[in-house]
This record gives sequence, structure tokens and C-alpha cells, in this order.
Amino acid sequence: MSESVLYEAPGPRAKLRARYASAVTGLVLLAAFAWVIYRLARAGEFTYDKWGPLIDPGNENFAPLWTLLGRGLVNTLLAAGWSILFSLVIGTILALTRVTAAAWYRWAVVGVIELLRGTPVVVLIFFAYQALPVVGLDLPVMWSLVIGLTAYNCVIIAEIVRAGIDSLPKGQSEAAYAVGMRRGQVMVSVLLPQAFRAMLPALISQLVVVLKDTSLGFTISYPEFVQRGETAIENLGNPIQLYLFIALIFIVINYTLSKLAVYTERRLSRGRRSAATEEPESAAATGD
Amino acid sequence: MQVLIDNYHLYLRGLGTTLRICLYAGLLTLVVGTFIAGCRVAPLTPLRAFGTAWVTVFRNCPLAVVLFFMAFGIPALGVNASYFVFGTIGLALYTSAFVCEAIRSGINAVSPGQAEAARSVGLGFGQTLRLVILPQAVRSIIPPLGSVMIAMIKNSAIAGAFGIGGDLYAVGIRQSSAQGEAIIPVLVGVALGYLIITIPAGLLLSYVERKVAIAR
Repeated sequence: MSESVLYEAPGPRAKLRARYASAVTGLVLLAAFAWVIYRLARAGEFTYDKWGPLIDPGNENFAPLWTLLGRGLVNTLLAAGWSILFSLVIGTILALTRVTAAAWYRWAVVGVIELLRGTPVVVLIFFAYQALPVVGLDLPVMWSLVIGLTAYNCVIIAEIVRAGIDSLPKGQSEAAYAVGMRRGQVMVSVLLPQAFRAMLPALISQLVVVLKDTSLGFTISYPEFVQRGETAIENLGNPIQLYLFIALIFIVINYTLSKLAVYTERRLSRGRRSAATEEPESAAATGD
Repeated sequence: MQVLIDNYHLYLRGLGTTLRICLYAGLLTLVVGTFIAGCRVAPLTPLRAFGTAWVTVFRNCPLAVVLFFMAFGIPALGVNASYFVFGTIGLALYTSAFVCEAIRSGINAVSPGQAEAARSVGLGFGQTLRLVILPQAVRSIIPPLGSVMIAMIKNSAIAGAFGIGGDLYAVGIRQSSAQGEAIIPVLVGVALGYLIITIPAGLLLSYVERKVAIAR
């Protein structure tokens, strides 16, 4: 529902009043912003000492800082990429076997899904970090992060896959059975390819969640973006400037991804009107 | 498992602190989130821009970065408070973006015919919203809002990882790193603590969801 149906189209007087009110609220917001800037300036947050390493290529710390942060960002993307890949594979297996397997197995899967969904992701990451060496798996620290994130996200992806398969019209599987395909064939060559198409927007949104959660790598000292930032802050002493920069990079990447999700969703829904896709409630919308 | 039985009072206290953080942050985030949602549907352009910027920033920024910012940025503004206060406020601000979107999408889910009908019988903007739109929107706001709150409870562990201190996660970490207890039983205990909150909350939510569900 667009907001405009809530009230009549404004007349000339109402328009004038709205313009005054806009000017006043705009000024109030600007004043608040200016106050923040003023306080920061008084606290000495706009000095060259604090910004130089970040913005001035001539500064002695410029090159090392950007190399450090760049490697951190690569590590973040790497961990996020592996996590979403593994989550996709395991999530699909969970979703498929849950649909087809025996009752006791279904119950076991539901149990695992509930357990993993109810536990904070930071606990899962720390658990992977601490428990893997105990059982004799001595992997590099990135894999602890990837395993923790995968454990958390694979069950969400399983739900997305299930919703994707459910959203397909029944005629698809009926037609496939009618031409003599077996259950596995129907799933692999008819339902899954279409389901993945319908799921694409939800998957991209989930990637945003995974990217944000890689920042929890700092709890296990994985050298990702935020952790590298912290290292730099210890040496340069400019937390506000660096966190501002880190936040900005995250916002740019994630905003682009969410726009991409909206775009693919629009493209897909234009393509096939017949299968009204029921949007699964994604974790991206809950801040998980 | 002995470590859990011996130290159960520590875990209980940690659970209490976690619940307290969630209660304060939950109340604050509802107020802020509703206000931001109001901004986003307001007829004034600066307020709408402010609401959009707020949601874009807090939805796309990792909670860890928000919390770091609270810890370093707020003191630079000349305000001093404890980690507990910073952590709780940071958690609330981060969650408010999702609360706002849940409320806004709930308002959007009411069919436009409802508002048109209300206007055609002569109701004004305030009356339309208060008497016709919001009562219907509440039903579709509750399920996503509940999911947001459950996610917030889990996210409170991140605030704990920052050293709010005394919450369930922090208790577990202290037990294993400072006192050298075996990590696996300790973490199982911590996970159980969260599950005790999140699973009943999830069940309650799906019950309420069925109750308020309406065929449209």
C-alpha cells in the first residue's frame, strides 16, 4: 500500500504547511548532525594524525594500512564465500532428505535444525574453534569460522530450499512422474533447477547475513576485516576514523547485494507469473 | 558435565543478565523502531530521508562494528557510561532497523481498499491510520516482530563477547579460558541456556502466529 492512499492529495495550503514543516525538521536534523560534528572536532577527531593514514597517499602509514585492510577484506570475502557454498550444499541435502526419508530421520533433522537455529552464531563459531582440536581436527582458524557459519546458515538455507520447492506448481512434478521419471530424477532434473531460480533473491539476502557474521571472526582471532581494523587501531590510535571506514565498506557491499536481490526478484517475477512465489521469511529481515 | 552442575548458579546469573539486557534493549528498540517507521511513512521529506538512512546504515553494518562504535564513539561525544549501557543501546539501535521494517511491511500489507474506504466515509489521516489501518496491520506485524526479537536475544551473545560481562556467553568464556575448565561441556551449557529462551519463544510465536492469522 503506497502511503498516498492514507490521505487526500494536499491542496495549496496543506502543501505550504508541509513545506514549512519540512524546512523546520530538516533544520533540526542538520543541527543535531552539526552538534555531533562539533563535539567530535572538539575531541580532536578531525586532525591529520587521525585521518592521514587513511586518506593521504603520502603518509608513511598509508600503504601498510591499506594492505592490511585489503588482506582483511579478502579474508572476509573468502570466509563468506566458503560458508555460503557449504551452507548451500548441506542445506539442499537436508531439505531433500527431509522431504523423502523415513520418519525417524525427519524428526532427527527437525531436531538438529531447531538446535542450530536457537543457538547464537557466535557460540557456534567459538564451539567450532574450541571443539575441533579436541576431536583431533587441527584446521586453520578460517575453517573454524566457516564451519560455525555453515552450521548456523545451512538450516536457514534448508528452509529456503524447501520453500522454493513448495512454491513450484504441482503440475511440474505430476508431469515429470507422468513421463515415467523416478522420485530422484523428478527432484534433480525438474524441481531443483526451478526451485534454485525462485530462491535466488533469498540466497543473495542470506549472503548479506553471512558477510555481516564473518565479522565475528574477531572472537577467534581470524584476520578478517574488522579484526585487521582492530590491529591497525592498536598501532594508529584512531578507532572512530577506522570504524567509520569499515562500516562504510560493509554498508556499500551489503547495500549493493540487497539491491541485487531486489533486482533479481523483480526479474524473476516478471518472467513467470504462473508460479506465485511465496517469499520465505529470510533471516536477512530479522537481523539474525 | 560436572562443571555445569558445580557452577549452575553462575550460569543462572548469566542467564539473568542476558534476560535483563534483552528486556532493556527490547523495550528501547520497540520505541526507536516505531519512531523510525513513523519517519519512513511521514509526509515530510527530511524525516523520510532520515528514516531511510537509519535503516540502510543499521541493516547493512555488522553488529560487532556498531558495538565498537558505541564503545569508542559515544565517549568522544562527551558521554560516559558503563559497557552494559553501551552494549544494550548498541544492540537496541541495531535491532531498531529490523523492527522498523517489520512495522512498515505490516502497514504495507493492509490492502489499499481499506484506506480508500476509510477516506471515502470521511475519515482523516489520523483516523484512517488509527481506526482502520493499524488494527489490521498489527496482525501482520506480530510474526516478523517476534522473529526480530528472537534474533535479538541471540545477538545479545555478541554484546557479551564484547565484555558487557556477566551475561551467559561471557560466563562461559570466563569459565573455559580463565579457569581452564573443559570447553565442550561449558559451551553446551551456554548453548542450552540460549535454547531455553529461544525454543519456547519460537513455539509461543508460532502459536500466536496461528491465532492472529487471517485469510485475506
